[in-house]
Amino acid sequence: MNQRPHLLRRIGFSALAVVLVAALAFVALRTGPLAPIKVTVTSVQEGKLSPAIFGIGTVEARRSWMVGPTVAGRVLSVRVDVGDTVIAGQLLAEMDPVDLDQRLSALDAALARAGSTQAAAQAQVADTTARRELAAINAKRNQDLAAQNFISAGALEGRLQEKASADAALQAAQANLSGTAQDINRLKAERAALQQQRGNVRLLAPADGVITSRDAEAGSTVVAGQPVLRLIDPASLWVRMRVDQGRSAGLAPGLKANIVLRSQPRTPLQGQVARVELLADAVTEERIAQIAFAAPTVTASVGELAEVELQLTETAAALLLPNASIQRLEGKTGVWRLAEGKPAFAPVRLGVSSLDGRVQVLEGLKSGDSVVVYSQKALTEGARVQVVDTLVKGSTP
Amino acid sequence: MISLAGRDIAHSWSKFVLTGIGLGLLIGVTLTMAGVYRGMVDDAHALLNNSGADLWVVQKDTQGPYAESSSIKDDVVRSVRGMPGVAQAANVTYFTMQVQGASGDDTRAMVVGIESGQSGEPGYLVAGRQITRGHYEAVADVKTGFALGERIRIRRHYYTVVGLTQRMVSSGGDPMVFIALKDAQEAQFLKDNDAIQNDRTRTAANPAFNRPGAPGLLDAVQALQSSSRSVNAVLVQLAPGFGAEQVAEPIRRWKHLQVFTRAGMEDILVAKLIATSAKQIGMFLVILAIVSAAIVAFIIYTMTLGKIREIAVLKLIGTRNITIASMILQQALGLGLIGFIVGKVAATVWAPVFPKFVLLLTQDAFTGLIVTLLICALASTLAIRTALKVDPAAAIG
Repeated sequence: MNQRPHLLRRIGFSALAVVLVAALAFVALRTGPLAPIKVTVTSVQEGKLSPAIFGIGTVEARRSWMVGPTVAGRVLSVRVDVGDTVIAGQLLAEMDPVDLDQRLSALDAALARAGSTQAAAQAQVADTTARRELAAINAKRNQDLAAQNFISAGALEGRLQEKASADAALQAAQANLSGTAQDINRLKAERAALQQQRGNVRLLAPADGVITSRDAEAGSTVVAGQPVLRLIDPASLWVRMRVDQGRSAGLAPGLKANIVLRSQPRTPLQGQVARVELLADAVTEERIAQIAFAAPTVTASVGELAEVELQLTETAAALLLPNASIQRLEGKTGVWRLAEGKPAFAPVRLGVSSLDGRVQVLEGLKSGDSVVVYSQKALTEGARVQVVDTLVKGSTP
Repeated sequence: MISLAGRDIAHSWSKFVLTGIGLGLLIGVTLTMAGVYRGMVDDAHALLNNSGADLWVVQKDTQGPYAESSSIKDDVVRSVRGMPGVAQAANVTYFTMQVQGASGDDTRAMVVGIESGQSGEPGYLVAGRQITRGHYEAVADVKTGFALGERIRIRRHYYTVVGLTQRMVSSGGDPMVFIALKDAQEAQFLKDNDAIQNDRTRTAANPAFNRPGAPGLLDAVQALQSSSRSVNAVLVQLAPGFGAEQVAEPIRRWKHLQVFTRAGMEDILVAKLIATSAKQIGMFLVILAIVSAAIVAFIIYTMTLGKIREIAVLKLIGTRNITIASMILQQALGLGLIGFIVGKVAATVWAPVFPKFVLLLTQDAFTGLIVTLLICALASTLAIRTALKVDPAAAIG
């Protein structure tokens, strides 16, 4: 029997056995409960962070108007359309005046008639004045004659009575005259009132602006207060921003804002918090703030969605950690600190956090501590871990 | 003493090893099938673990939120927080839907709406960071295939993937995508634009909601239709020193809500939700095990039949029966051992390629090893019987 091939065969066979056992050992140690959990770590460093507030909102006009009639009526004509730029005082629409014009001409006629009545009263005054003068002369003459006893006392009394009557008639005529003047004033006032009502059916632009909606057409009937047209001041656009109450610490007027409109995601706009509303929304648990654009004219549509980021002032230097390392274990917040290669849970107290995912650690860690950031699965106290650079290819922590 | 089995194997070792590898692949399939079953159960457990909850508060008379749909108002959480023994309570929504990646491909995922810093949040990450903005940020499971910084689309909004996590799956094995609760509420109940327009027109056409004398009523009705204030469940963490049932009972009784403890939820998920598919897999596993056993038996039997002449010679030269029997048994066990190692390695290698999670437990592997060796030993008895019955004369026959 040849010994060499036999030996080779034996070596080959043992090699195969070794490979198989090694593969089994590798498989047993790399998977299942015996395998170490791959983690990445970071060392706690001191640094500053600039916290920010993020919220979403809609573009709204600070100044907007609803133009409509003050009494119910029918729309006669609408002179402008959506998108038209209008100036203050411009005629936008007209309501049907119904009988106002006729009532005006009736009043005009009444005024003319009052004028005639006044002229008649004036003539009457002139007439009674003349009668009074005649009666006064007659009375004077009769007084003189009576003093020389040329006429009887009865004749004098008759003349005196005539004069008194003429005086009274003059007073009556003068009273009549001032009555007609008051009548004219009343009619003038009535006419002015009617004129006002007539003007009121003309719907004028209350300010410079742009028409945003045309809610009623000529011929439709609207009730008092119902808008026919709506207009806004395009220079007064701002963003009504809603912020989660839990993340709104530091929200104050004057903060610089970065606004991203849904229509222009690539070109962020600058702005500033113009107002923080005192009333928060109790149902959605949000606070509301208005953000004014820095640029005077913005091409944005009212109702458009916007994302707003408010930059807060930079904090003082403190220990910083990525928020991915923060864990909750049995109701406690903490991190997995690597002590001699084994993870140990260290409860921490956290401060403010920034939008890029860093968070301040106020208590519980020292500078330079090694802390687990990412792990393949949930860690347990003293678990076997293997520290690697990254867990997902192509991602930088 | 010369090892007869070793000599025989060494004589035709390539054939022996190839048979072992073939058998190994079969055992690998069986182990994988067991792994698929374990994976299904583990998916259900992972879902419960990842939610980080001790109690699930859901709609009365439902088995939500995983097995049935459940809908409760999002302010229920406030009254739950006030119950004795509740340390933390957080709203959560679950919704399985298609999520569109940047490339435009759809991925089936379970979208989870979470309140950041509360239970329900992914417990650990493998890359990136947790959600810091109140809107439009997402943390995705790596199985979704999304990359950090990718813009994914859920309904009409785009979300930026800021973090990646691992093993966060629904009970059906769909990877999870975590987004902020408010976004999720909107996504869950938001209809497409056409449907919204249709609804608006339908409401406007209804004279009850669009009365001429009541301007503004239509707007109010339409605003009411598009808001959503529901969540699927409230996750509750217990305060130390309280039992689950002790806290659950008052909520059930006084808040008129269904409450599940961890054990109850496991029962729903494992015994009810995945019961049928688990039985399906189990049935397949049983058949596969029987087939594997039969094949092992046949292989050993035919191997022995192939050596019938050599065995006859051995008998002729006076080898004892026990020596021949032990040779066959040793060969059978050797074959089983090689098969098991190859199978275990193969299963471990191909397990991560499966789209759903395949969990290879060490205890399953041990059971597999013992069963394999047992089957091999049993199968060898058939061969031993044949070998012992061989007439020594056949060697020279």
